[in-house]
Amino acid sequence: MLRIACPWCGERDETEFRYRGDASRRRPEADAAQDTFSAYVYERDNCCDWHTEWWLHVGGCRKLLKIVRHTLTHEIRSVSGAEAPDSPVRQADP
Amino acid sequence: MPGPARIAQGLLTDASSSVGFRFDGRMLRGLAGDTLASALLANGVRLVGRSFKYHRPRGIVTAGPEEPCALVDVLGPRGREPNRPATTLALHEGLVAESQNRWPSLTFDVLAFNDLLGRFLPAGFYYKTFMAPGWAWERVYEPLIRRAAGLGRLEPIVPAHADPAETVHDHADVLVVGAGAAGLAAADHLGACGLRVILAEQDVVAGGGTLLDERWRSWRERLCAALAARPAVRTLTGTTVLGAYGHGVFGALEVLPGAAAARFGVRERLRVIRARRTLLATGALERLIAFPGNDLPGVMLAGAALAYLRRYGVAAGRRPAFFLNNDEAYESVFALTAAGIECAGVIDPRSSSRAAERTRTLGIPMHVGAVVGGVAGRREVRAVSIDELDGRRRFMLATDTLLVSGGHTPATALASQLGATLEWQGSLAAFTPDLASGAGRVAGAAHGVFGLAAAARDGAAVARALAADLGRGADASDIPEPPPDSAVTPLRELWEVRAPGKPGKAFVDLQNDVTAADVRLACREGYEHLEHMKRFTTHGMATDQGRIAGLLGSAVLAEARGVPLSEVGVLRPRPFAQPVPFAALAGGEVREHYRPKRRLPLHDWHESAGATFVSTGLWLRPLVYSRQGGWPAVLDEARAVRERVGITDVSTLGKIDVQGADAARFLDFIYANTFATLPVGRSRYGIMLREDGMAFDDGTTSRLGPQHFLVTTTTANSVAVLEHMEFHLQSVFPELDVLLTDVGDQWAQFAIAGPNAREVVSAVVSGIDLGTAAFPFMSAGAATIAGAPGRIFRISFSGELAYEVAVPAKQALPAWSALLAAGERFGIRAYGLDALNTLRIEKGHLTTAELNGNTTAGDLGLQRLIKKQGDFVGRTLAQRPGLTAPERLQLVGIRPVERTRRLRNGMQLVAPQAREASLGYVTSSTPSVEFDGWVGLALLSGGRERHGQRLIGLSPLHNEATEVQVLSPHMLDPENNRVRA
Amino acid sequence: MHGQRGWTPAWAKAVPRERYRVVIVGGGGHGLATAFYLASVHGITDVLVLEKGPIGIGNVGRNTTIIRSNYFHPENIRFYDFSLKLWERLERSLNFNAMVSQRGTLNLFHTEAQRDLFTRRANQMRLLGVDAEAVSRATVKRLVPLVDLDNGRYPVLGGFLQRRGGTVRHDAVAWGYARAASAAGVDIVEHCEVTGLRRQGTRVTGVETARGFIAAETVCLAVAGYSSVLAAMGGLTLPIETHVLQAFVSEPVKPLLDVVLTYGAGHFYVSQSDKGGLVFGGHIDGYNTYAQRGTLPMAEEVAAAAITLLPGLARLRVLRQWGGVMDMTMDGSPIISKTPLSGLILNGGWCYGGFKAIPAGGFTTAHLIAQGTPHPLAAHLGLERFAAGRTVDERGAGPFPYLH
Repeated sequence: MLRIACPWCGERDETEFRYRGDASRRRPEADAAQDTFSAYVYERDNCCDWHTEWWLHVGGCRKLLKIVRHTLTHEIRSVSGAEAPDSPVRQADP
Repeated sequence: MPGPARIAQGLLTDASSSVGFRFDGRMLRGLAGDTLASALLANGVRLVGRSFKYHRPRGIVTAGPEEPCALVDVLGPRGREPNRPATTLALHEGLVAESQNRWPSLTFDVLAFNDLLGRFLPAGFYYKTFMAPGWAWERVYEPLIRRAAGLGRLEPIVPAHADPAETVHDHADVLVVGAGAAGLAAADHLGACGLRVILAEQDVVAGGGTLLDERWRSWRERLCAALAARPAVRTLTGTTVLGAYGHGVFGALEVLPGAAAARFGVRERLRVIRARRTLLATGALERLIAFPGNDLPGVMLAGAALAYLRRYGVAAGRRPAFFLNNDEAYESVFALTAAGIECAGVIDPRSSSRAAERTRTLGIPMHVGAVVGGVAGRREVRAVSIDELDGRRRFMLATDTLLVSGGHTPATALASQLGATLEWQGSLAAFTPDLASGAGRVAGAAHGVFGLAAAARDGAAVARALAADLGRGADASDIPEPPPDSAVTPLRELWEVRAPGKPGKAFVDLQNDVTAADVRLACREGYEHLEHMKRFTTHGMATDQGRIAGLLGSAVLAEARGVPLSEVGVLRPRPFAQPVPFAALAGGEVREHYRPKRRLPLHDWHESAGATFVSTGLWLRPLVYSRQGGWPAVLDEARAVRERVGITDVSTLGKIDVQGADAARFLDFIYANTFATLPVGRSRYGIMLREDGMAFDDGTTSRLGPQHFLVTTTTANSVAVLEHMEFHLQSVFPELDVLLTDVGDQWAQFAIAGPNAREVVSAVVSGIDLGTAAFPFMSAGAATIAGAPGRIFRISFSGELAYEVAVPAKQALPAWSALLAAGERFGIRAYGLDALNTLRIEKGHLTTAELNGNTTAGDLGLQRLIKKQGDFVGRTLAQRPGLTAPERLQLVGIRPVERTRRLRNGMQLVAPQAREASLGYVTSSTPSVEFDGWVGLALLSGGRERHGQRLIGLSPLHNEATEVQVLSPHMLDPENNRVRA
Repeated sequence: MHGQRGWTPAWAKAVPRERYRVVIVGGGGHGLATAFYLASVHGITDVLVLEKGPIGIGNVGRNTTIIRSNYFHPENIRFYDFSLKLWERLERSLNFNAMVSQRGTLNLFHTEAQRDLFTRRANQMRLLGVDAEAVSRATVKRLVPLVDLDNGRYPVLGGFLQRRGGTVRHDAVAWGYARAASAAGVDIVEHCEVTGLRRQGTRVTGVETARGFIAAETVCLAVAGYSSVLAAMGGLTLPIETHVLQAFVSEPVKPLLDVVLTYGAGHFYVSQSDKGGLVFGGHIDGYNTYAQRGTLPMAEEVAAAAITLLPGLARLRVLRQWGGVMDMTMDGSPIISKTPLSGLILNGGWCYGGFKAIPAGGFTTAHLIAQGTPHPLAAHLGLERFAAGRTVDERGAGPFPYLH
């Protein structure tokens, strides 16, 4: 079970959060082509590696969190607010 | 002392407290503190069950939860509970237990015939046989196998109120697993450093191996007293850590002793433990050796015999022989001898050892350089065959009991789950775990440090390192000097005694009846990877999880493959460490508490008005105000709305308060239609899409102020819509000045609908002019409702003149009552969800039956609402060919051509000339109050072009074929005259 | 019966050659079935199946063994029912007893809305000639005496039964296909991980492996949860997320459940194996993961559903939990498709329904490889459906794999 250290609420069980998917994908600009939108909506890197992802703290502060987590070991490297800049996630393991 | 084999005072038994119990109908007596196994042994009962496949007689092999054979059914107030290990089953007055897997009786078992067929029933036999003729597997063989399968029988007696179970959530700095010498020393040290410690011990008492050595009594008692005096240390006995789940989370099963169970009314607790660090002091388990007849009752692990003697004062045999390959196991020889038991002899494959020397000095016959090549006896051991390894001699030794030790295997399951790699230790003939220190640490026998004193020192040392990790310095603990370990001669690796030409099966998995020959067969047939061998033979998959012989199977496989054991490895240990009752896993959230019940503010009123409730998601909603089923009551309610006036509780709708300078801009992004142009005091129907272009949800949104909107959502999507809005606000538009607040629970909301709605509402509302000129259709405003501040919206789901009034939830009853009183002279009726559904179907309004996640705004006839300018969620992808194709399923209305015929939801629509090809299906249908007969809504391929067509509604499930006419979904008042009245 | 002597290894332990017409990556159910049908239907035996570990211990060896064809979309009903028909004659096709047991799958419903959805589904199935029937509460009770029809929270209103549904001994499926494929001349190489896809422009020419480069005219990926990882080796991004689905088994007991039972008010489905254990599962955990392990909250949730529906299970013990990693697609339906790289075929995206589809998945993937065009029964499963907006979304959950 994941324990997620919410910056606002402290360390909580994963059951308090709702997963919202890959946070490295950004919604295209309004005038982007259909294919660009399709890629945004459907395609995922789905790496077996460090993964930046959204979690919404629905059972707490209802803030959207950006989490860097390893999808094989489940180790969490960072938890930040949604507005945090993207950290480089594909670097070698620390 | 109850039982002829009770020869001494046990550590756990109370000689003054005799306990009566029944086994297979026989009345027996034991002592308080006994397990069923110790009490049976004390009474000389050795045959306790039949094996799974061959129905061979089986006895008690171990003294703990790792027991493979002595499983019994227990008959108690909750019926028959199967597969309880007799070795951990606490004896209590009146206990009734029965042996398993035998018919008609344990001593005469019909299916023991399987044993004679054994030549034809080796591992994997199912796959290659039982096929011909083709139908025979399912009709003949499988039913036979199923009848013979299983161990015990589950025959539950379910009380009206299920037994409660509890889940407890624990937090600690350090979880120490195992309260043997290492665990006790570690916990004491950590506690002395001021750390919060949970010490979990599966046994009913703390002590582990120290319980079996009288010299350790004072050490153990001092440490237990010291731990009890530390408030930050909690010792949980009877608590098995079931599995490691990552991030410092562990599941544990606490089994409460009888008195505590009675006091708390629960038998077990599931403990969810969250710990910053873990220290595994899980010890090591003695293992079996494979030799012909190693399953006969009377063959027992040597350490188990020591446990029965020390813990319960019971001798496992009258004249035991021993088959040992390691000095540690000789403790049983010495202890039983000291207790006055005559030992028939000790067989040891080693040519010499310190322990063998000592044995000789005690006058016990010592057979070194020898192995046990077979066991004689039909239902229990009568003699053993001793084979000298140099092949010179083979002779029989008369004995009633053979106590075996093939060495000790560190318990590494939890360490493996924490990510440990296993390293082969030749000197122990076992794997030890290597764990990255961040995840946890291992101490004592669990990582190969054998000897109690060594384990205690190791526990303290590992605890020191762990405390340092956590920033704690030197401690004030005062662990007493432990008694010294005796020097030992290393073991000789011995897994199997192969006695060519001698009959008899040598088992590697006693419970699943897997023999060494089965393992070799698997290997010959290509199932040579451990995972394949396991699955082919079922080795290690029984309730004991192969804990005493898992490694033995690997060893036999390694030998068959001709590779080192380290290359074969061991099976991946998965949770649970011990079988867990469903009840304990489930905790209290079962049956009526399986999901929370959300009750409306007016739930009690609805109930007293005779409502039948329906569960929609978590909500309980009034379906109809009648306890009788059927349509008449529903249609009465609906007719009241069409003809006079009705009132319904719509408080379950999602309500999201949207405020801020950018609120309108944000809603224009979330919705496919425009809200920036909505004037204050007006409402607008809105449709939102998912980003893939499909319709997501609909509802009305009202502008309560320049920067203040109230969004309503469908009941079903209220949670999802809020999350959808929050997600987009925080990820796509974090710079917007918008605040989203879920106000769903704050407001109760009622719809008052029907030609007389205005009169009724006007009578209870003040501060607002409800005339059509001042408050036209789709108006919203603040008002005083039955004396309380509230809101009023002129919106309609039913298609009639209607208002929705919203009041703070606690004002629900006064407002509702006032509305009912005002409506009395018009014959107002409360109407439920069914009538609401009838009304909205006639009008062609949507619910999640149509907004089903596979429909577009266009499919639902809402294309004209979609704004042409500006970005919004779903805009781009809604334009894709797949979402705009003319053959898509589109919303239509339908009526049976023959008005007496009924419709059904889920009916398929087909063309009369092509009845196998579905063109669509009925989403919603109802008998109509406005029209003659039934009306329905359907999703129909190219439906908008089919108005006026006649199709067939097919329900093969009901053998129905009904001719239907396709029409516009807006069957009732398409010009909206009524809602604007 | 003949004393079980004379059986040789079920499948030959092949040594890979330098070049094959077809290399299938993944020795699971779909990979092995594809190899078998390539050989037996299309006469293509110049085929290599590569498996990084031992065959058959991925999802084919860790599922809840259920087979059925009760779907919504006509295309899916046809595809899965074709699979069911192949299951029905599997033993004869393979000369290996996979213990196909058509004991029936019973889906319970608890609300009228659920009843309507099942009615729609069953009617659609019946139009296509597939068996489906509605059963009353009384029949539910007769079929499963342990059920508490009223269960306090979501009473059982009735059920839908597909009698041809049931279970299959999962390990035997992998072994049976491996044995038959091997006998037909297919090479199966275990413990040989694929480390790269070699490309010339947009054409895949072979695979880099732990044992060197192996050339192939066609490379087929059949690696379930690892589809994205393998596709990334060729520079492709797929509409897939990998999630864990858990399964559980209880201790074995004498027969007490004779159908495959699915609870409609929570995620719980259960059957009893021939060995006596209840095999059951729940929902995916709902976040990307490659960790093949169980979690505690899901065990608690599934057990709660179990004794809510079947209160008599309260004292039965759960033996083991485990997890398999699922390739969840953006519409919940699988992918049998060519890819933007020529010479690369994808069999994947099985979500948690891959086991029942093994025969049809293998059959239609073999067709695609051999004929170069999709098999008509799998034509709706192409990758292009996502961009075109022609998704096959059984649940209507949209592009959120964690909701399917």
